[in-house]
Amino acid sequence: MKPFVRIASGQGFWGDLLTAPMAQVSNGPIDYLVMDYLAEVTMSIMQKQKNRDPRTGYARDLVTLMRELLPLCIEKNIRIITNGGGVNPLACSDAICETARSLGIRALKVGVVLGDDILGRIDDLQRDGHALKNMETGEPLSSVRDRIQSANAYFGAGPIVEALRQGAQIVITGRTTDTGLTLAPMMYEFGWRQDEWDKLAAGTVAGHILECGGQASGGNFMADWRSVPDLAHIGFPIAEAYPNGEIVLTKHESLGGLVTLQTVKEQLLYEIGNPTDYITPDCVADFTTIRLVQEGRDRVRMTGVKGRPATEFYKVSMSYLDGYTAFGTLTYSWPDALEKAQKADEILRVRLSDLGLKFEEVRTEYLGVNSSHGHLAPEKGDHNEVVMRVGVRSKDREAVERFGMELAPLILTGPPSVTGFAGGRPRPSEVISYWPALIAKNAVKHEVVMRTL
Amino acid sequence: MKVQLLRICHGRSGDKGDTANIGLIAREEKFYPLIERAITAERVKEYFGAMVLGPVERFELPNLWALNFLLHNALGGGGTKSLKNDAQGKTLAAALLRMEIDVPEGMIDGHV
Repeated sequence: MKPFVRIASGQGFWGDLLTAPMAQVSNGPIDYLVMDYLAEVTMSIMQKQKNRDPRTGYARDLVTLMRELLPLCIEKNIRIITNGGGVNPLACSDAICETARSLGIRALKVGVVLGDDILGRIDDLQRDGHALKNMETGEPLSSVRDRIQSANAYFGAGPIVEALRQGAQIVITGRTTDTGLTLAPMMYEFGWRQDEWDKLAAGTVAGHILECGGQASGGNFMADWRSVPDLAHIGFPIAEAYPNGEIVLTKHESLGGLVTLQTVKEQLLYEIGNPTDYITPDCVADFTTIRLVQEGRDRVRMTGVKGRPATEFYKVSMSYLDGYTAFGTLTYSWPDALEKAQKADEILRVRLSDLGLKFEEVRTEYLGVNSSHGHLAPEKGDHNEVVMRVGVRSKDREAVERFGMELAPLILTGPPSVTGFAGGRPRPSEVISYWPALIAKNAVKHEVVMRTL
Repeated sequence: MKVQLLRICHGRSGDKGDTANIGLIAREEKFYPLIERAITAERVKEYFGAMVLGPVERFELPNLWALNFLLHNALGGGGTKSLKNDAQGKTLAAALLRMEIDVPEGMIDGHV
């Protein structure tokens, strides 16, 4: 058994810093590179792409990245784990194998995790008694059934561990939890059992710290952002895991960024609910048991994490179409910038009303004045400039489209010294809403497929 | 003396659907009891007023010198439905740090 394993975060979302994965692989020793691509909205975007072209539906960035990463990862024996397979992990693995071949790579094992996509099984599952009612509101699925775009169960670390045991150098999954990507290599390397709850919880918390990439190593750092060295070349976080469940959060020395108690704490508090019940498919972690110590420069040791048994359910996330939105902005300059922007908003609303257009909501915010903090922001008086930002939402696509045609006329038919309309008319975009549900674990079977070169 | 929370805390905020979370973290251990006592769920609910339509819940993490607040129905519907520029509540932690708190004389020295 290795004395410790170094697991490096490479991407925190689909659209993250593209140079980060290669920086992790080439600036110091790591054993695993984990890349998280899937926010809730990502799955529905990928499903839409797959509906248009059955060979798509995954993070195509990943294939481009592999061209750079593969030769070095194979040479250094670094394994890659990612949920960038989206709604089409098989097509993703095909594309990666094709890239490997084109690079002249002769031997490669790619493990693919399947089974999380239940879109085609919803009716069967309901017939078998799985209600899939909204776990937050209790509403029955029938209220949105005909508008569902994607439906995926969240798998944990288990299927990835299976793929690693079968020798996978790259593991591609669909909807796997962000935390499972990081926990899996620890379970595999150290032989942690599926009921060693404290260790699983420690690996899960490490996954939570890594899942947003640079946000744990100096990015978006509120405590003291000025003190972060060389953010331009920020080193993403690395979890150095030990067999006893202790974990050191760190980063490559030669890269920028910062790993301190404060950077780690800010990420630990990010997007959590009840800290004693951090529920994943692998375990329930208790964040109130975490002990952190700064043991050196850019080294934070985490100990003491307690876990409890996993629940009998997978979380399911379904997306459904829920109308349309459009947004537009106009910039008003001094003098009387705010007053002019407010007058423009008033004129716009009269025109929308004259047209008889129906919206669920029309929201106007004044950027530079109070769009972020509302009434909590003190009034500053004489603004140099104000950006008026108007958003509308409606089930009626045509109403939203027509709104987009009413903004530009304000330039010549509204208050003066207005600019900033270079982007053209605002276009309607689809609103994707989420339907969170629970499903018994035994109703969703995973499958690991190995692709060998 | 009264100071803004920014002097003695940092934090981070984000979203889960239409619920925003704010992690409020004391900069030093000695400040944690102050915020635990003063920054109650009720006070945060009243502070945000019309910006938060639902209830506010509070959880304590004394091990991290931190409080976690859940602000329900605070993001204009959340996700891609929200018409807010800050649809994910990313700036709400900063909004909370504007709040004033009583700190005993002599407890704060120097600048943030």
